[in-house]
Amino acid sequence: MNDPGLTGLTAHRARELLDGGEVSSVELTRAALDRIADVEERVRAFVTVTEGSALEQARRADLCIAEGRAGPLTGIPMQVKDNICTKGVRTTCSSKMLERFTPPYDAAVTTKLHDAGAVLIGKGNLDEFAMGSSTENSAFHTTLNPWDLGRVPGGSSGGPTAAVAAGECVYALGSDTGGSIRQPAALCGVVGMKPTYGLVSRYGLVAFASSLDQIGPITRDVTDSALVLQTVAGHDRRDSTSISYDVPDYVSKIGQGVAGLRIGVPGEYFIDGLEPGVESAVRRAVDVLDGLGARVEEVSLPHTRYALAVYYIIAPSEASANLARYDGVKYGHSTSEPGSMWDALERTRQEGFGPEVKRRIMLGSYALSAGYYDAYYLKAQRVRTLIRREFQQVFERVDALVTPTSPSVAFRLGERTADPLSMYLSDILTIPANIAGIPGISVPAGLSDGLPVGLQLLAPPLAEETLFRIAYAYEQATEWHMLRPPLDGGGLTKAA
Amino acid sequence: MRITDDEVRHIATLARIGMTDDEVERMRDEMSQILESFDVLQQIDTDAVEPTGHSVDLDSVLRSDEVAESSPVADVLLNAPDTEDDFVRVRAVLDN
Repeated sequence: MNDPGLTGLTAHRARELLDGGEVSSVELTRAALDRIADVEERVRAFVTVTEGSALEQARRADLCIAEGRAGPLTGIPMQVKDNICTKGVRTTCSSKMLERFTPPYDAAVTTKLHDAGAVLIGKGNLDEFAMGSSTENSAFHTTLNPWDLGRVPGGSSGGPTAAVAAGECVYALGSDTGGSIRQPAALCGVVGMKPTYGLVSRYGLVAFASSLDQIGPITRDVTDSALVLQTVAGHDRRDSTSISYDVPDYVSKIGQGVAGLRIGVPGEYFIDGLEPGVESAVRRAVDVLDGLGARVEEVSLPHTRYALAVYYIIAPSEASANLARYDGVKYGHSTSEPGSMWDALERTRQEGFGPEVKRRIMLGSYALSAGYYDAYYLKAQRVRTLIRREFQQVFERVDALVTPTSPSVAFRLGERTADPLSMYLSDILTIPANIAGIPGISVPAGLSDGLPVGLQLLAPPLAEETLFRIAYAYEQATEWHMLRPPLDGGGLTKAA
Repeated sequence: MRITDDEVRHIATLARIGMTDDEVERMRDEMSQILESFDVLQQIDTDAVEPTGHSVDLDSVLRSDEVAESSPVADVLLNAPDTEDDFVRVRAVLDN
């Protein structure tokens, strides 16, 4: 039996226990491994569990702590999404194409976490190559929502968010191209953060859509989100889109409150089809912020309705170019069928990619092909300018925006798999931030029919500090982040 | 807009993805439905609007040409499907 007291901790609480000598990193890591042994069969959040190296890293972390050299994340077990390279640990992107791929190098964020003394406990499941909103596109297995095992955790970072929600790790790293951190965080009742484009290095993140991809933290509360972000952010010469910027100490400024901050509520995000339970939870959250002294006002972002089309042209176009590298020659799946080089290439990609990845490569190739480039790709890039400009204008009036993260709570397994467009609509409220490159965070904002609702906050580029401030003030005024899924059969539980 | 089986086959050839006839038919219907949803963009006049490729304004990122260590050959070949000595083995590129 595992100790729920050790597996439901936040990183900052674990830090106190570790530094106070009340628990060791090895104990914390064993507790997480026991929890995985206990619930993983039901949740299926991992592609790989790295038990041996995790315990080794924990022992090293305990030495660090004993010598007084520990940082905020030293000795704390975490999971990394399986599209982020980990040297010597299989990195599959939940694709047959990379099923046996073991990177010979670490991603920039992996190096930063190792340097911080973090304990890598395993790799998180995702929709193949991060393309999807439910993890049902994983070539290996679907991750299940710890709140209701008949429902999806969201996606594409469904493994990382479900693992954090289920207590299998303390925090995780995901990637967000159109909502892949924030949407599953909302559906699993945890905090998910997408930083400003360029704040976190993409070196070693397997590319999906290079102008939209960003790595970010998935945590149990806002303080942890700020802690993890300030650990992994920062300029990296190996990523040509990395911003030169002095990363602030977000945590030290988190408690400044929201009094006087101007917060906009964009009417366009309260779309037809928004579930009433989601809308009422978000409206109540707006009232909470108002009560805390924020100046709440209605704002308008009329081009929001075009964001979905812009995204599903730009992201597949970039994906079709990025995924051209999978040719079965240097690494990855390679067909065993006889034939010429060209036959083998087509066969390798037919066998190695799943249906959604093929769909996106096809859409992107179409949008970029002769005769259609101007009508689709160039048109989408021009509308991208308008969406970005509209955010710039609204941020002259307000410091942040507040919206629902997802139009619905977690949906049932199989509910949207037959109709690709209905699945694409899952991201309608998270996509605009990626198009504009701005930061966004989803925080737990209550339950609708027993399932978590996410509140999304958006801010101008590099205003992560503002986001954390508002998210923290809201979190401290509510108790939603303390709720834990009823995975142990005891109904809803509240963290101590 | 609707696309035809032949267009799907042409795009599949460009993308180097082998497809059965059944897959072509399904792809045709799904792509047509998705492409129709993009028509909404034609409502906007963008003639005077510059395209955005990246959301950050990129400065020149040229770096100095410094000698650095290469990855060991063994590491690089570790994931190759087929190797011979220190090389990746590929199928014949040219016909006899």
